[in-house]
Amino acid sequence: SSRKFALYGGRHTVTMIPGDGIGPEVMQGVKQVFLCAGVPVDFEEVNVTSENFTSGVCEDAITSIMRNEVAIKGNVETNPDILDHDQKSANITLRTRLELFANVIKVKSVKGVKTRHDDIDIRIIRENTEGEYSNLEHESIPGVVESLKIITAEKSLRIARFAFNYAKRNGRKKVTAVHKANIMKMGDGLFLQCCRETAKDFPEIEFNDVIVDNATMQMVSNPWQFDVMVMPNLYGNIIGNICCGLVGGPGIVAGANIGSKYRVFETATRNTGKSIAGLNIANPSAIIFSSALMLKYIGLHKYASLINQALVDTLETDRIHTPDLGGNYHTSDVIDSVCRRVETQAMKVRYDQTPHKQPGW
Amino acid sequence: QSSVASATEEARVCTLIPGDGIGPEISDSVMKIFDAAGAPISWEERNVTAMKGPGGKWMIPIEAQDSVNKNKVGLKGPLGTPIAAGHPSMNLMLRKTFDLYANVRPCVSLEGYKTPYDGVNLVTIRENTEGEYSGIEHAIVDGVVQSIKLITESASRKVAEFAFDYARKNGRETVTVVHKANIMRMTDGLFLRCCRETAEKNRDIKFNEMYLDTVCLNIVQDPSQFDVLVMPNLYGDILSDLCAGLIGGLGVTPSGNIGANGTALFESVHGTAPDIAGKDLANPTALLLSAIMMLRHLGKMNYAGRIEQACFDAIKEKKSRTKDLGGDATCSQFTNEVCRRVKDL
Ligand SMILES: Nc1ncnc2c1ncn2[C@@H]1O[C@H](COP(=O)(O)OP(=O)(O)OP(=O)(O)O)[C@@H](O)[C@H]1O
Ligand SMILES: Nc1ncnc2c1ncn2[C@@H]1O[C@H](COP(=O)(O)OP(=O)(O)OP(=O)(O)O)[C@@H](O)[C@H]1O
Ligand SMILES: [Mg+2]
Ligand SMILES: [Mg+2]
Repeated sequence: SSRKFALYGGRHTVTMIPGDGIGPEVMQGVKQVFLCAGVPVDFEEVNVTSENFTSGVCEDAITSIMRNEVAIKGNVETNPDILDHDQKSANITLRTRLELFANVIKVKSVKGVKTRHDDIDIRIIRENTEGEYSNLEHESIPGVVESLKIITAEKSLRIARFAFNYAKRNGRKKVTAVHKANIMKMGDGLFLQCCRETAKDFPEIEFNDVIVDNATMQMVSNPWQFDVMVMPNLYGNIIGNICCGLVGGPGIVAGANIGSKYRVFETATRNTGKSIAGLNIANPSAIIFSSALMLKYIGLHKYASLINQALVDTLETDRIHTPDLGGNYHTSDVIDSVCRRVETQAMKVRYDQTPHKQPGW
Repeated sequence: QSSVASATEEARVCTLIPGDGIGPEISDSVMKIFDAAGAPISWEERNVTAMKGPGGKWMIPIEAQDSVNKNKVGLKGPLGTPIAAGHPSMNLMLRKTFDLYANVRPCVSLEGYKTPYDGVNLVTIRENTEGEYSGIEHAIVDGVVQSIKLITESASRKVAEFAFDYARKNGRETVTVVHKANIMRMTDGLFLRCCRETAEKNRDIKFNEMYLDTVCLNIVQDPSQFDVLVMPNLYGDILSDLCAGLIGGLGVTPSGNIGANGTALFESVHGTAPDIAGKDLANPTALLLSAIMMLRHLGKMNYAGRIEQACFDAIKEKKSRTKDLGGDATCSQFTNEVCRRVKDL
């Protein structure tokens, strides 16, 4: 039942949207690493930016992703001051048009990156299309504005089922729902009820729930109690960022936006990093980890592991750390180190025909 | 000793709502410590249980209302709301009754009680009356629910003004507004605009804007970079608990609610802890620190400083800590230790 991806002459085509800010320079790293590893992937680049995204480039990107089914993407900056209040950002346009209903982030401590909490291994699954991000706002009378948060049974059930399936497929033990159903009794209440109902179909997976404010407190005091967590849109943004902070920040955590048909791989926190763009100091680790998740998804597990391991060794053994991790190294140093490590192993991977045992991410 | 103090300084009457569960024990502890310190406070104790007023509306007992309205300042322990009680949460009723529009939570690392985080010294200020907690929700069709987040200019301005005022009075430098105006352009946009405009009128305090997600990301990496944070209701609810987590949890986090006409109600934010109630195991620190906030609010900085010092010193001593802080002292043992120290200061 595994998915068949289009192969042209034995090669995959994947859409690449470098995005704004540090996007292009870290994406350059992905291209370089793939080249060194001899990964059979060709990128179809579409340059969506905050300046041009209204001009039809976004459509080109969507068409390209629909054709290739898989993309890797940097963040496109959203400038609320130039958009109309109900105009969707480029990022949200892509997510809603491609129905990428789940945002999954892989929060895993990397040895060698100094943090306050070690050995964290959490997956955060966030509803990616509704909730507080519905873009429905209005001014009732001057000085009084309302924003609508929409929760539907359909999407809540869909994300809940996705979370449990994810847990099952990846050998995870527990799913925790995060909500504020004590206050938002109907909205978050519905979300929680959908999770509870879905849990019944997965008796082998433990299920519990936690109120969002308590969840953040637990996260900084005892993050090891969490395994897979599922939540509505805004809480996912909050918990996800806290979690990333715990393991070293936006520079090292990978994520993906997942729909029933398409997947767009991104960094977990979707930062643009405008203030450090062009300085060769951005950490490319997050997007490289993310590119490995992408390789797993299209079935190139060996290349994924090769790249993951090279990056882990770069951070742990070689200690090539960019400033965000407290080091003095440059973006290009990290990329070069990963490339060096990958090159020495690449041949083995290319001719290794043993089938993989791991599930597709 | 308290008579000595009251001879020099007239005692200020404050309402005390001991609360439920561990409430009475920890209130007792605070009164003892204030006594030992000779703090010029006299307590007017009032019980708060929900009652039905004329017309069947749930309300706070009149005697409690009158007391708070007269004294303008009160201290309150945790109040339980049994799920089956049929009345709204007492905390919510208090908030409504006294129009407590801002919730203030200072989070300061306790020297001597180690958590993974050092050097936390920040204050969260949360708009407390509207936003996501407007309580307006409806099912549009079966399986589709909409919850309304309501932001008004007047409430936003009020809390913004309070934040700058608080910063100035408490010797703090920077106010940071936490928002998501990139997504919620009108609601958070309005809140942000009110903060910007208030900042214009308070040039002596530095002003900063930050996205909620960025704050979350940065605060767990380096909390020491934050000073005063001001934000809408839900973000405040979440961030205040997160910050409490950084310094060791709700057992050591004080809080104050600021209302219309200068009313201020200080409270511990933890629950009633029914599992340990009556067993002399509760940690009174959160309520004590709230009472200290109250002293500062009343301008009694000296007493506040002394009691705080005694409390922190007692916590530094592992053997006088309560169980939740990894010690094995009882509530009374900890209380006596603080009393002993405050007398010596
Ligand atoms: N996204 C990631 N973030 C942090 N570390 C990662 C990530 N992906 C892989 N690693 C680490 O890289 C190393 C080798 O990669 P491998 O491909 O075996 O990873 P994996 O199968 O995704 O890891 P795991 O089995 O731990 O989930 C492992 O030590 C793994 O923990
Ligand atoms: N001041 C305190 N001192 C010691 N332990 C405390 C204190 N406050 C809370 N705890 C402990 O933390 C746990 C949870 O706290 P909390 O009281 O907030 O929730 P709760 O027991 O559900 O009460 P409620 O539902 O009334 O709010 C309890 O088991 C309690 O023992
Ligand atoms: Mg809370
Ligand atoms: Mg509680």
